[in-house]
Amino acid sequence: MSFLLLVPIAAPLAAAALALVLGWRRLTSSVTVLAALSILVSAAILGFNRGTGVRFGILNLFRVDALSITMLIVIGAVGTLATVASIGYIDAELAHGHTDRKGANLYGVLVPVFLAAMASAVLANNIGVMWVAIEATTVATAFLVGHRRTRAALEATWKYVVICSVGIALAFLGTVLLYFASLHAGATSGDALNIDVLLAHASRLDPAVTRLAAGLLLLGYGAKAGLVPFHTWLADAHSQAPAPVSALMSGVLLSVAFYALLRVKSVVDLAVGTGFLRIGLILVGLLTLLIAASLLLVQTDFKRMLAYSSMENMGLVAVAAAAGTKLAIAALLLHVLAHGIAKTLVFLGSGQLQAAHDSTQISDVTGVLARSRMIGVTFLVGLAILLGLPPFAMFASELSISRALADAGLGWVLGAALLLVVLAFAALVRNGSRMLLGPPDAGSPAIAVPRSVAIALVTGVILSLVLGLTVGPLLELFQTAATLLGGTR
Amino acid sequence: MTQATYNGVLNLAAGAFLLAAVLIVWRRELRSIVTLLAWQGIALAAIPLTEGIYQHDAALIIVGVVVLLLRAVALPLLLLRAVGTEPHERRESKPLVNTTTSLLITAGLTVLAYAVTRPIIALDPSPATRAVPAAFAVILIAVFVMVSRRRALSQAVGFMMLDNGIAATAFLITAGVPLIVELGASLDVMFAVLVLGLLTGHMRRTFGGTDLDQLRELRG
Repeated sequence: MSFLLLVPIAAPLAAAALALVLGWRRLTSSVTVLAALSILVSAAILGFNRGTGVRFGILNLFRVDALSITMLIVIGAVGTLATVASIGYIDAELAHGHTDRKGANLYGVLVPVFLAAMASAVLANNIGVMWVAIEATTVATAFLVGHRRTRAALEATWKYVVICSVGIALAFLGTVLLYFASLHAGATSGDALNIDVLLAHASRLDPAVTRLAAGLLLLGYGAKAGLVPFHTWLADAHSQAPAPVSALMSGVLLSVAFYALLRVKSVVDLAVGTGFLRIGLILVGLLTLLIAASLLLVQTDFKRMLAYSSMENMGLVAVAAAAGTKLAIAALLLHVLAHGIAKTLVFLGSGQLQAAHDSTQISDVTGVLARSRMIGVTFLVGLAILLGLPPFAMFASELSISRALADAGLGWVLGAALLLVVLAFAALVRNGSRMLLGPPDAGSPAIAVPRSVAIALVTGVILSLVLGLTVGPLLELFQTAATLLGGTR
Repeated sequence: MTQATYNGVLNLAAGAFLLAAVLIVWRRELRSIVTLLAWQGIALAAIPLTEGIYQHDAALIIVGVVVLLLRAVALPLLLLRAVGTEPHERRESKPLVNTTTSLLITAGLTVLAYAVTRPIIALDPSPATRAVPAAFAVILIAVFVMVSRRRALSQAVGFMMLDNGIAATAFLITAGVPLIVELGASLDVMFAVLVLGLLTGHMRRTFGGTDLDQLRELRG
């Protein structure tokens, strides 16, 4: 069964190798879709066929439990939608001369490498290896962000690589300190960074060193998750990347980085109590919400608007993690999945709008619903999910997070977070209605929708509806993951 | 190797390591900064090599040799190539903070490093751990270099210094993280520096220079 653990890593790597040899063509892009789908399928088999206990593979290097399966589902679902849409997106970019053969080939190789790196991050048992995988996502996505080679794209890439590398370097320092504490708590040097070993030795970790490590890990992984104070790269990178990559970065990569925080949080909480990281997470969560909400209010660029909406959601997720109860963590995981799919819908739509208008200004885009039913309706559905409207899943997750915060005695945090979420809500409604509703301006260009993008959009809407109406077997998975992370109530 | 030699060499390496960082703050010429970075790489590699010889640990010696090749030779050469042939790339442009203030801030950061690392030394007061403040000081100085310099390459230098500091911390407090993590981390750093090097090339072609003040298109 342990080979099933490797499928999510090996399949995309094989697709990348094929793309490296054959270049960008229908065969290689289809194989990449299959590889992304295989992540989803193996997650489903691992989750529902063999129970939700913890399993290890290959010298305890890999680990599967309910939390990693949940993350694999997010990676697989958004990865499949994004790779399907990539086919039409890149073909259109080639046709319009926005990229060349070389650029398309590079894209074909880097996207599956990116998927493999994220899958390795959530499957790693050793938090050092997890760090290596997360840093690898930065390297893999650097040239995806700069895909168009314009001034703005280069600027975004530079900021992205420098800020994320510094952030993630701090996380490595935190990992080293945790290793040091783990060795002194009696772990052997070979497996002192393994999650199970750390959890077993958690009560004997030196509290002072662990606190230092936890602070560095929060800052470091927070940088990759778009949290304050290293958030400044996010809007630039997410707005400059090609639409399917933006969907992957916004919808999945941020939550994979947050997954790393959840993992170390489970260890740190046992070592120094829940109070330390709770205060840290509340602080960065609320500040992130504040910055995201205020920049959403003044935003004039629709791709940046979507990027700040991702920041807003990560802020909310951080606050939910601070509550740390079983309900909060389960709601957080549902939130992450629903957000991933919704962001795919809106980013794919925004890619087509950008292609049609050759601009990302909100004021340039009018009457989308009247001009293209496909883009208009799916963008509207995506926005409705992000706004937390019923019947979609983020309604349930935001409600549960609120209740969990109230139960945990964090009423003032709930109040502040709600206020900021309402501000963000107003900004999204105002900008969204300006773009979608009303009559189109005279001379608005036609919005082309390649077939593969349409397939991805329709599938995404169906998935969101199903997820909104019934969480089904996922509920048990989320609850098991929450229990694993020490959520008691 | 006797205990006394071991202590002496270790302290010398840590001292040279910190000194290189201070000199990097002092110098403005990009070429000499990269040379200093190579010297810092040698001081860094000396730490696992000394510990490896002292503890008769072959794996540590191998790691030391890899570190030497990577951080004292390969990465500095990569940066030197990126410094390029254009004369205006030779010097750091007008600094945001003048040299005297920079050096004073460096001194302050070193003191801060001693304060921050107290819990680490308290947990394991060995000779190697006592040198950790030097490594932490380099980390803080590197962050300062990254925020106070304007050339893209200076930021790359700052990033490498940051990484050297973290590697030194790892070698001093735990005699290095597990091999697989060490290899993965080194590979990642190499790729990151490679990406930064390639980007400076693209930037020079697109912007006609690598002054980061020109990066003003994306805001809000």
